[in-house]
Amino acid sequence: MTSQLQTEGHPLVELQGVSKVYGRGTAAMKALRGVNLRIDEGEFVAVMGPSGSGKSTCMNILGCLDTPTEGKYLFKDVEVGALTRDQRALLRRHHLGFVFQGFNLLNRTSALENVELPLIYRGVKVEERHSRASKALALVGLAGWEYHTPGELSGGQQQRVAIARAIVTEPAILLADEPTGNLDTARSIEIMELLTSFNQEQGITIIMVTHEQQMAHFASRVVQFQDGLVLADKANGETL
Amino acid sequence: MLLNTFFLALREIRRNVLRSFLTILGIVIGVSAVIVMVTIGGGATAQVTDQIASLGSNLLMIRVGQHMGPGQSSTAPSFDLDDAHALYREIPAITAVAPSSSQKVTAVYGNANWSTTTTGVDNGFFSVRNWTVQSGRQFLDSELRSGKAVCVVGATVVKELFGQQDPMDAKIRLGNFSCQVIGVLEAKGQSTFGSDQDDLVLVPLRTFQRRISGNQDISLIQVSVAEGRSTDKAKSDIEFLLRERRHISGSENDNFQVRDMKEITKMLTGTTQILTTLLGAVAAVSLLVGGIGIMNIMLVSVTERTREIGIRLAIGALEREVLLQFLVEAVVLSSFGGLIGILFALAASIGLASLLKIPFIFNPGIMVIAFLFSAAVGVIFGFFPARKAARLNPIDALRHE
Repeated sequence: MTSQLQTEGHPLVELQGVSKVYGRGTAAMKALRGVNLRIDEGEFVAVMGPSGSGKSTCMNILGCLDTPTEGKYLFKDVEVGALTRDQRALLRRHHLGFVFQGFNLLNRTSALENVELPLIYRGVKVEERHSRASKALALVGLAGWEYHTPGELSGGQQQRVAIARAIVTEPAILLADEPTGNLDTARSIEIMELLTSFNQEQGITIIMVTHEQQMAHFASRVVQFQDGLVLADKANGETL
Repeated sequence: MLLNTFFLALREIRRNVLRSFLTILGIVIGVSAVIVMVTIGGGATAQVTDQIASLGSNLLMIRVGQHMGPGQSSTAPSFDLDDAHALYREIPAITAVAPSSSQKVTAVYGNANWSTTTTGVDNGFFSVRNWTVQSGRQFLDSELRSGKAVCVVGATVVKELFGQQDPMDAKIRLGNFSCQVIGVLEAKGQSTFGSDQDDLVLVPLRTFQRRISGNQDISLIQVSVAEGRSTDKAKSDIEFLLRERRHISGSENDNFQVRDMKEITKMLTGTTQILTTLLGAVAAVSLLVGGIGIMNIMLVSVTERTREIGIRLAIGALEREVLLQFLVEAVVLSSFGGLIGILFALAASIGLASLLKIPFIFNPGIMVIAFLFSAAVGVIFGFFPARKAARLNPIDALRHE
């Protein structure tokens, strides 16, 4: 199932026979049933599948927000399942960036302060924080919008702020959960172009959940989920 | 990180001014109630102590008669001057003796008349009762010996008889004789028992006995006990001496009584202190209620901000960092409430003290305690909501609407 191309890169994350069960006994629900997946540095992976197929659970595990019931999740050769809650938080803090469907910005807080948030938790000094956050906002095309609160920004702009917040720490992986789900097509394409540029110019690995074929076309590889298993995993002809 | 958290908390509070204000209202009221109650209570206690001290500390009052039940009357004989002299001579702990006799008399000056108490005294009275002559002088020995018609008047008498006029050297009528005013006493104000201490006229004891009472009786002997000597010892010495002088056999009860002002002081200050403590306790309950108010709002705030907590956790905030943030928020809020409460209480105590005519005594101790208590309220009542926030599962928190 893996192509020649992927074995040449360095493995960044790897799922080995991962299962995830929610609930217990008769109410138990198997969201993942032994998934094997390897993603290398610099890839842009689109994860697709109908709802209930396990793609969100897979994202949560990849994002270190959840742990597998069975199997191993290796992040840069570290087994995440064996880490404590705090260790996983530190892993997210230093290596991961998140973009959500609902933007998830702090209300009544300026764009700049939103982008600064992950830097605060990293203990970055005020001046450096300001300049890095301003640069990140400029990168997503929001120079001049630093002091606007989410309420004063359009959906597309809010998602740009969220992307700026995700990339300001220069993460190893950017996890995007339906980043264009709340946007119209024109706005969605702008966001996708932005993500593509970060992938190609800065080499940030991107894993994106989407159900729109059009958005999946921007990725270099598409992983199809169904009933808790990987149904198909192939390189995207267009971008190769 | 702590400083960072502090600024995060301040930002949160600033983001929601009205909610923050309502949250701390309970603390403000609680803190200021405690401080006002304790300050006013302290002022009242100080006032009582002051007034009793103005009567003269180490004061023993010796009266004729004994504690009587209803319908009984005392047939005990009065003291005489020799009793007073004997006390001074025989008991070394006594530094001053003031024998006196009083009677209600109408004082007249010009068109004004005023019913007052005239007391026959010697100069010992001034020191024993802590009276200061504001203008003029005390009695001369010659005046005391010869029973001259001179008098020293209290502030109330001056006000009622003379108004704005100068009373010095004026002649006033006391009953059926007239006397010259040679001094005015410094005002003491109302006594703890509610009577006007300044409503009196002092004349030499001999003058009183000759012109007013017509006998040699002395109804009250007041003595000062030396500083550092036991008043209890002095009291029993006095009792022993007087029993002997009055020929009271071993089986009979005293037909006089010796009262110690210190006992009265203790009793009265004890009462006001108990009242202060009670009021303070009631106020402390309101502070507790204020704390529960903070817990309530913090819990609501945790629910309301579940998604925000999810974002923070997803970004990589540690459990203890979220805990600290909410805790700091609660503590900053309640400390802020404590500060406002202290300012409010200061203003209210100064106003109330002047309204109730009691001294305002700045009490830094209770302010520090109230402030620390309000901060502690923040820690205690902020802890459970904060822990709830910190333990949220980031995935569930992010999905929360």
